[in-house]
Amino acid sequence: MFDGLQNKLQDVFSRLKGEGKVTPEALDAALRQIRLALLEADVHLRVVKPFIDRVRERALGQEVMESLTPAQQVVKIVRDELAALLGDEGTELRLDGRPAVVMLCGLQGSGKTTTAGKIAKRLKKRGKHPLLVAGDLQRAAAVEQLKQVGRGVDVPVIEPEPGESVVALGTRALGIARQRGHDVMIMDTAGRLHVDAALMDEIRRLAEAIQPVETLFVADSMTGQDAVKSAEQFAAALPLTGAILTKLDGDSRGGAALSIRTVARVPIRFVGIGEKSDDLELFHPERMASRMIGMGDILSLIEKAEKGLDGAETQRLAERMVNKQFTLEDLRDQLRQIRRLGPLASVLEMLPKVGPLKALDASQVDEGGLKKVEAIINSMTPQERNRPDVLNGSRKRRISMGSGTSVAEINRLLKQYKQMQKMMKGVQGKWLRRAMGGGAGMRG
Amino acid sequence: MAEKDPKKNDVLDLAPETRAPEEAPTEPAGFLKKLTRGLFMTHTELLEKMSSAMQGKVTLDERTFEYLEEVLIGADLGVETSLELVERVRRNARKEQVGSTERLRKLLADEITEILRDAPVPRRFHRGPLLTLVVGVNGVGKTTSIAKLTRRAQSEGQKVLLAAGDTFRAAAIEQLALWGERLGVEVIRQGQGADPGAVVYDAIHAARARGTDRLIIDTAGRLHTKDHLMAELGKVRRVIDREAKDWQVQTLLVLDATTGQNALSQARTFSQVVPIDGVLLAKLDGTAKGGMAVAVAKELRLPVLYLGVGEKADDMVEFRPREFAAALLG
Repeated sequence: MFDGLQNKLQDVFSRLKGEGKVTPEALDAALRQIRLALLEADVHLRVVKPFIDRVRERALGQEVMESLTPAQQVVKIVRDELAALLGDEGTELRLDGRPAVVMLCGLQGSGKTTTAGKIAKRLKKRGKHPLLVAGDLQRAAAVEQLKQVGRGVDVPVIEPEPGESVVALGTRALGIARQRGHDVMIMDTAGRLHVDAALMDEIRRLAEAIQPVETLFVADSMTGQDAVKSAEQFAAALPLTGAILTKLDGDSRGGAALSIRTVARVPIRFVGIGEKSDDLELFHPERMASRMIGMGDILSLIEKAEKGLDGAETQRLAERMVNKQFTLEDLRDQLRQIRRLGPLASVLEMLPKVGPLKALDASQVDEGGLKKVEAIINSMTPQERNRPDVLNGSRKRRISMGSGTSVAEINRLLKQYKQMQKMMKGVQGKWLRRAMGGGAGMRG
Repeated sequence: MAEKDPKKNDVLDLAPETRAPEEAPTEPAGFLKKLTRGLFMTHTELLEKMSSAMQGKVTLDERTFEYLEEVLIGADLGVETSLELVERVRRNARKEQVGSTERLRKLLADEITEILRDAPVPRRFHRGPLLTLVVGVNGVGKTTSIAKLTRRAQSEGQKVLLAAGDTFRAAAIEQLALWGERLGVEVIRQGQGADPGAVVYDAIHAARARGTDRLIIDTAGRLHTKDHLMAELGKVRRVIDREAKDWQVQTLLVLDATTGQNALSQARTFSQVVPIDGVLLAKLDGTAKGGMAVAVAKELRLPVLYLGVGEKADDMVEFRPREFAAALLG
């Protein structure tokens, strides 16, 4: 659905072959691609326009117009500008006051209660003694949810008394926090629409009563063009000190981040990356910028790989690849390693779609196919794995029965394995050439 | 507050040409009032923008089409669908010598309606027990939507049973149980962390024993990118196929109207795991237009069935392509 921006720009500029320099027309076409890419990433129209103007201005400089790799140059500009617009790295919560009050607000279903638990956990790790307050008096069982979340992270939860207003609850909880010596109070609130005047007024009064040092807008990273409106109006009603972008473990491009940052002028502090209480990270503008233009989140992938992969094993496999000793057994080991990183599609999503990786389409990855490959290889004898040439009809039938696959599937695997061997030789050749002279493919 | 003067908020009054002749004004009032409560402000704002862009002009210049494109993208129809729609309108506008804003709006609304109507007609269910499985990503409003579906079924005289299939999120079971209490409906449940397949199994057998007309199953919110959770959903579906052979089965995908382009990815992935009958578009009471529903209808041929327009059990209306198209442009 969404090809990396680099790909599209490569297409635009490759039509220039022979002209040597970037023409203004080509730049216009490239800017149009950038505009579409940003819109596809859910960046708001109002943000896209000035952004394109900025990129145009910078791209008109020498570095792009006379560059041999204009696509790369433009992508770099886009990425840098995006990262700059996205603001600074997220910072830890300020905890002035005793207790320091942290209030969460946002639309329904953005993930406030889950985030409240994550913040409590994070603060505990910082050696704090937080108190949670169940201020969502609207949604059915929201209080119960926070109680369970609090139990999960071992943080006490203050719940409302029958008939108590959220403002009264906040004030009372503040007293309890002081009395019991909690240094932080985390106030959960009901999800509300920014157009709901009564509820917006209520949260304003709550903020006045409990005087939060951090007022955080919790926003779903999948939000579309509406992100601007809701963020703007929350920012108008409350002195927001930051935003938390949730559900980034999905596959949205997260353009809402830019809308929230630039239009509502709310700095993004944290991102939510899962349902567990540890799944909260500081915001990284560089990563977000890459994600938005489909360049892949290499840094996150590296982090994931470091967690999931066995270093020594990877080294061994790489050496075997270089030495052209890569057997079916090695293939299986490698598949196992890759699968440990999580669903293959999401791993591929994080890779940049350039160079030899261009053809990879995450949506077409067949996870079940990988399991079959593993089953087939598992049903082979060690000899067969090391020397697949010995596989004849009768051996294949045996493997097919052992692995619950068909002979055709085994043949397909063998064919792919042969192609892979060929490709590896090719890749090594290219690497070699680049290492020796560089600039391969730059002619023309 | 906004209800005081429903006429003023009625999108049909702003775009009277979109009113289908067969619809008497009596019943749709509620629908439109609810649907347009939040849309009104942006509606006029954009209408003015469009009018001023074309004021006094009979010719349609590039700027006008760019405006149209922006109106559509701003409503989250997605780039591809928006560009295609504008292209269609461009062709027809030239052909028909369009000279007024209203006429242009009508053309655009027609094209959107056509896309929406082009999705397969929602299955009609005959009498006899119906099982509805409700799926979607986290926080789209599945449980609240179930309350609305329940209320609707009750108003049609059906006996409803609910199944608390979200055994993962904290207090999800309690949330559904509370709704069950409010609506006077029994909720089949197990403890948190239980196998949702087992809950569904129990619920189907309970429904059969009690002679229930309608069984509605809640499921945990799951991001479509999480394979293991999608596999779990596949298992739930298999339990249903095996245990409720004699039942009519319907699967509803709940989409959040505030969601942007990702809605397409959600719909695509969920469809691969469970056959989706249609979309319930929730949270249309804000300023979001839910335009991705058009893209979803177009690309995945999934019909929209219901619109969620508030937090109460009554706040749901049946989807009508033409009115939705009109509201989108507003």
